[in-house]
Amino acid sequence: MSVVDLLPIALLGAVLGMDVVTFPQAMISRPIVAATVAGAFIGNAPAGLIIGALLELLALEMLPFGASRYPEWGSASVVGGALYASEFGEPAGALTLSIVAALATAVLSGRSMVWLRRMNASRATRQRVYLERGSSSAVTSLQLFGLTGDLVRGFVVTLLAMVAFGSLLPLVVSEWGIDARSSRGVIVATCAAVSAGAIWKIFHSVPRARLLFISGLGIGALMLVMG
Amino acid sequence: MTQDSSAQPRVELPFGTWMSMYLRLFAIQGAWNYETMLGNGIAFCAEPALRLLPGGMKGDRYKRAMVRQARYFNAHPYFAGVAVGALARAELDNVSPQLIERFRTALGGPLGSVGDRLVWASWLPLCSLLALGAFGLGARPVSVILIFLVTYNLGHFALRAWSLKVGFDRGLRVADALAHPVLRRGPQYVGSVAALLAGIAIPLAAREVIGGGRFLAAAIILMAIAGGLLLARFGERVEGWRLSLAVLTLFVLFAVIR
Repeated sequence: MSVVDLLPIALLGAVLGMDVVTFPQAMISRPIVAATVAGAFIGNAPAGLIIGALLELLALEMLPFGASRYPEWGSASVVGGALYASEFGEPAGALTLSIVAALATAVLSGRSMVWLRRMNASRATRQRVYLERGSSSAVTSLQLFGLTGDLVRGFVVTLLAMVAFGSLLPLVVSEWGIDARSSRGVIVATCAAVSAGAIWKIFHSVPRARLLFISGLGIGALMLVMG
Repeated sequence: MTQDSSAQPRVELPFGTWMSMYLRLFAIQGAWNYETMLGNGIAFCAEPALRLLPGGMKGDRYKRAMVRQARYFNAHPYFAGVAVGALARAELDNVSPQLIERFRTALGGPLGSVGDRLVWASWLPLCSLLALGAFGLGARPVSVILIFLVTYNLGHFALRAWSLKVGFDRGLRVADALAHPVLRRGPQYVGSVAALLAGIAIPLAAREVIGGGRFLAAAIILMAIAGGLLLARFGERVEGWRLSLAVLTLFVLFAVIR
């Protein structure tokens, strides 16, 4: 991808990266949305949706409680969606590496959120004199600094990840030695196992959760057989 | 309790002020940091109401209120509107600074735990599973996105509006509102639906990705259930997505070197 192709993707990663914490938390950053939109940017929304659904299965486990540290799925899903959607014909290996790229980006992006929060704290310390005078412009400037910083953070993370993994993807695809169907099977089994474990962790305290989940599995299995 | 609110008429929020506070709530975490956490955001969101204090933005009460509201605070972002509304009400009612400080300290924990249970651990997973189910049934990309975003944000936008309204209407007596049956029992009901939906949506989504081949799909889904059981039983200290990153990276290396 050329720089001209990368810029809109990086901008998308910036906007959706912001949604995770700073603005507006409408969950446009969830993988099933972000990766699909990134795929649509490339002109291949169905491919974006496939990787988005897989990443969503993995993201089910992550609950962004309070000050806990967590992966940042917004920019990461844009990277995964854009990479996979750009490999038209869905060659073997493209989906696996795109998911690995998204997960690695989620780690990097999660760390960059921690750095930004430290920068926000440091700026708040520098503004303390004004805050202690009740300055509304100091309060507003801190908000704007944080929001802008988050936008820049998402842009840089997405751009770096796209450059790094965008160059790696064709190399990996050309050397891939396992057929596409088996490759998908490994990914699906991994993502579905993680999501089933996540559902148990989240809902095990709900009365009759086990019975409900097993009943759901029965209905799901029936739909698979019938369909 | 030092409070001389009875001495002055109750201030009502003009619609423009309320809307300004509501819209600012969407950026309440803009300056989130490990020291004051949500504090600056609380001041940012309450600020339009504080302009109604005697003397306006140049008045002494406005400045003292801004200092108080910008201090440390933490809560769930969607429920922070309760704090913003209640604290703005308290400032406008001229409640004593000591009482406001105590109220701030007492409010953060409950707003965090209610929000975490209802939103992060119930509503969000339910909406994700709904979208995954739609994907599994072959819905088009636009439909999947709309199902997720519309469902999730109906709850999200309404919750932010409710929290600001209930906070401002009830002021320091807002604790009663947090005992609302929807907030107490909601997570349990939502969790029940989500557990059922998870059983349906995960296999369907898995089949949709694999594409065709019922036996292959069934075998993979059985493997996934076994893996899920193992993760659920022994995975308290393991984050599944990290494990996936390790497994899939090894798989990429294997597939390339092979």
